[in-house]
Amino acid sequence: MHEMSLVAGIMRILEDEARAQQFSRVRTVVLEVGGLSHADAEALRFAFEAQKPGTLAAAARLDIVTTPGTAWCMDCAEPVPLARRGDACPRCGGYKLQVTAGEDLRVRELEVE
Amino acid sequence: MCTVCGCGEGKVESGPGHHHHHGHGHDHDYHHHHHTAADAEHAALHAAGVPHTHDGHDHIHYGTGAAGVSVAGMDQARLVKIERDVLGHNDRLAAVNRVRFAAAGVLAVNLVSSPGSGKTTLLCETTRALLPRMPVAVVEGDQQTTFDADRIRETGAPAIQVNTGKGCHLDAAMVADACDRLPLSRGTVLFIENVGNLVCPAAFDLGEAARVVILSVTEGEDKPLKYPDMFAGADLMILNKIDLLPHVRFDVARCIDYARRVNPGLPVIEVSATSHQGLHKWLGWIEERRDALVAAPSGA
Repeated sequence: MHEMSLVAGIMRILEDEARAQQFSRVRTVVLEVGGLSHADAEALRFAFEAQKPGTLAAAARLDIVTTPGTAWCMDCAEPVPLARRGDACPRCGGYKLQVTAGEDLRVRELEVE
Repeated sequence: MCTVCGCGEGKVESGPGHHHHHGHGHDHDYHHHHHTAADAEHAALHAAGVPHTHDGHDHIHYGTGAAGVSVAGMDQARLVKIERDVLGHNDRLAAVNRVRFAAAGVLAVNLVSSPGSGKTTLLCETTRALLPRMPVAVVEGDQQTTFDADRIRETGAPAIQVNTGKGCHLDAAMVADACDRLPLSRGTVLFIENVGNLVCPAAFDLGEAARVVILSVTEGEDKPLKYPDMFAGADLMILNKIDLLPHVRFDVARCIDYARRVNPGLPVIEVSATSHQGLHKWLGWIEERRDALVAAPSGA
């Protein structure tokens, strides 16, 4: 359940930004979760709800935007979609794939007051 | 809570000549030791979540302040674009560790696996084999106990036990704190044995030069597909306990094929930590990297 740690990282970012950008409450956290990232969306939601009481995000909603995984197929020499690690190239059926996108776990924006 | 982690308290136990037992003489209240009640400064450190040591205990407590920042006078809702990586804090600390290891000529290797893969046995045998030729130091990560660090110290190598409490992985800050307590002379091989867990440690860069995933033949050959993140992030896979292959159903070729589906070109070394079969290949892999690092100009 490393999502607890990841959400602690989100809370740290909120604190930093609250100081830098002069806000006192967060209404919405827009979180980008790559389809090939190390995090599970439901576990993130659980951890967020568990950690937010008493923080500046106490009443905040977590909006998760999932971004698709993409890989470079070395045999096709083309970018291809990749839903999960270990899946085959949808074009050639091979596995010589280098992940190029979808690994991000990032706070994109905040609605604050 | 620990610095990166929301899960309990991390602490480091160490050191040559120091054996700490949980349950000796004083009460451990969930890893807090407020047995000098008058120590207001110490209590303040706890309250502020500042990592600190306890005199006479050689522990490090991790903490983080509550996210209770409040700035008055702003009540207009607005959107702020921030685009910040959730793991950014850990990644920055890992980058500091990486620079420190490179400058010191220390080869840091992060060992990850599920519990029971034979990681500690492999590490003990590896340490015994390397020690006559080069300095070795070990950071041991477990939720509880100092058993593993004790086993490593029996080989003659210095070891620090990091107890993560409820934490499921090591993070870069814990490794930095542990390294402050280890002798890391030029040419040292530093093994960081992560918490036995094939999921969580994958996300946390420690600043290592290489990440090595250990899988044993008593586990399923399909683990690389079941836990792909860990295998995708590895620089080397060690297949351990191969002396048991005659007694188990484990298709080595299929396992390696699965691992390379998530990490094409992943090198694999087959070993038995108990019979020493294949151990020389693993030692060679380490020595090659360690020698290259020592040969590099200092601070490069």
